Amino acid sequence: MNQVKATGFTKQMARNMFYGGSLFFILLFAALIFDSERKIPTRSNAEAITPAVERGKRLWETRNCIGCHTLLGEGAYFAPELGNVYKRRGPDFIKAWIASQPTHIPGRRQMPQFNFTEAQLDDMVEFLRWTNNVNTENWPPNIEG
Amino acid sequence: MQAITLKYKSQGVAKYYFIAALALFTAQILFGITLGLQYVIGDLAFPYIPFNQARMVHTNLLIVWLLFGFMGSAYYLVPEEAETELYSPKLALVLFWIFLAAGALTIVGYLAVPYAKLAELTGNELLATMGREFLEQPLPTKLGIVVVALGFLFNISMTVLKGRKTSIALVLLMGLWGLALMFLFSFVNPANLVRDKMYWWFVVHLWVEGTWELILGSLLAFVLIKTTGVDREVIDKWLYVIIAMALITGILGTGHHFFFIGMPGYWLWVGSIFSAMEPIPFFMMTVFAFNMVQRRRRDHANQAALLWAVGCSVVGFLGAGLWGFMHTLAPINYYTHGTQITAAHGHLAFYGAYVLVVIAMISYAMPTLRGREANSRRAQSFEMWSFWIMTISMGLMVLALTGAGILQVWLQRMPTEGAMPFMATQDQLRFFYWLRVAGGVSFLLGLLTYLYSFFAAPGADEDEVVVPNGMMHRRVMPARA
Repeated sequence: MNQVKATGFTKQMARNMFYGGSLFFILLFAALIFDSERKIPTRSNAEAITPAVERGKRLWETRNCIGCHTLLGEGAYFAPELGNVYKRRGPDFIKAWIASQPTHIPGRRQMPQFNFTEAQLDDMVEFLRWTNNVNTENWPPNIEG
Repeated sequence: MQAITLKYKSQGVAKYYFIAALALFTAQILFGITLGLQYVIGDLAFPYIPFNQARMVHTNLLIVWLLFGFMGSAYYLVPEEAETELYSPKLALVLFWIFLAAGALTIVGYLAVPYAKLAELTGNELLATMGREFLEQPLPTKLGIVVVALGFLFNISMTVLKGRKTSIALVLLMGLWGLALMFLFSFVNPANLVRDKMYWWFVVHLWVEGTWELILGSLLAFVLIKTTGVDREVIDKWLYVIIAMALITGILGTGHHFFFIGMPGYWLWVGSIFSAMEPIPFFMMTVFAFNMVQRRRRDHANQAALLWAVGCSVVGFLGAGLWGFMHTLAPINYYTHGTQITAAHGHLAFYGAYVLVVIAMISYAMPTLRGREANSRRAQSFEMWSFWIMTISMGLMVLALTGAGILQVWLQRMPTEGAMPFMATQDQLRFFYWLRVAGGVSFLLGLLTYLYSFFAAPGADEDEVVVPNGMMHRRVMPARA
């Protein structure tokens, strides 16, 4: 724009603004991440991450659950939020639900059958139980997720 | 096949990348329509193509074809900017086939094998990286991406090093190196979900709202220099200001993803404030594009390319800027987080900013790769039609998803007592979901129109426009921009 020229704003100044600004904010970001890393253990209740929770997370990943569901609001929007499903449905319902899929109700969205063992179902529940207790600033707004 | 309009022979490798990009783009849209249909006919194609598989194919194809587009653009742009042949055209071709084969194999893997089996077969146990949104690729594919990226970056960096170092080429290089660097975080997958999510955003956010914006700015600047003939000094200055604003707002803007995933509370402030400023660089891009067109010193024969470029700046602002701003403040995002509002924003932003910039590059470069300065008027007319069909269709889809999102928030998120459950809410959104499918089908028609433009013969009343180096000639199309 013309006023850019009129104020004597040169390409060199623009370039310096880019390098200086980027560097400053990269460093600031790094500092905030460093601080977050220190606070995450408390906020996420990290000492409650048992081997079962870890196994559950691996099941969550290798069955691509995120391809339909959201977890803490992230993922696909095809199926319900599961960050608070432990509170919404409870452990027994979760296990029974996973084990009974698909519903085969015509026209209804279908969830695959993953053939989990009883132990795997328990791991899944443990993972969802731990996730439910992460401090998410009171998100979601209500129990429906 | 060496064309008189191509300044450097080695730019020719770009053609492979562009053709692959468009083929994968078409496949992406077909899967997109399938997904749209599954939203209204829940058991469609089940159990053969469950929603999660189709979605993974849809999003991964998008990423891969945009990467093909970026790489093709770089192979075309860098020799011309550096005023020297590509360091190694052979390496560029070898990497093309490796990337295409790896990409195709991965997609086949997604569709042919259950995901858990795929994870088992590809050694996910060694280093678990799979099953996270957009980063679903098996370990060998992820490693392949790193190898291809390194070879590619080596090739274009060496080219710039031995030639002229323009601002456009340098910004492009920084964007591409940044892209590769941030991808390394896809190998980081801590057992703590909160940390996992934090590093996941290092890839996802710092790509699309960070390093990719550098690539976007540089490609846009290149097309504008070529088609408007505006002084490089002016364009460079704009480019630096735009990318400075992109990173100044975008890096801390990452915080708008840290609101509700277990990160400390101060991110609500940091994320809200900085991401609220993220529309600024996109708005500047729009002003920049219109300004350059106004000040143009030539009427380039390829007016279609200019339409794509200007369209990119406008739709990019609407999608990334406006639709992003709509739900980026923490008190609003508290209700919209993870609803169809996010889907609406994602679609318009990717289309406006990244799909359109790659097509602008293809539209500008492809005629020269095929031995002419610009396509015939008739072919350009098809291109311009396709721009409007695709853009209006995308607009329809995005309005439908926005409507769905608002209703979803109203029914499922706002009530403190007796909120509607997720699936019951979904039933209420069917009208909007059908509208989205209509938008998707019409988008496909727009895309097919675009593909047809490559084969369209010149009109009966025109000679094919082959004007070697004839930059200064009269406008052949009425300016649409």
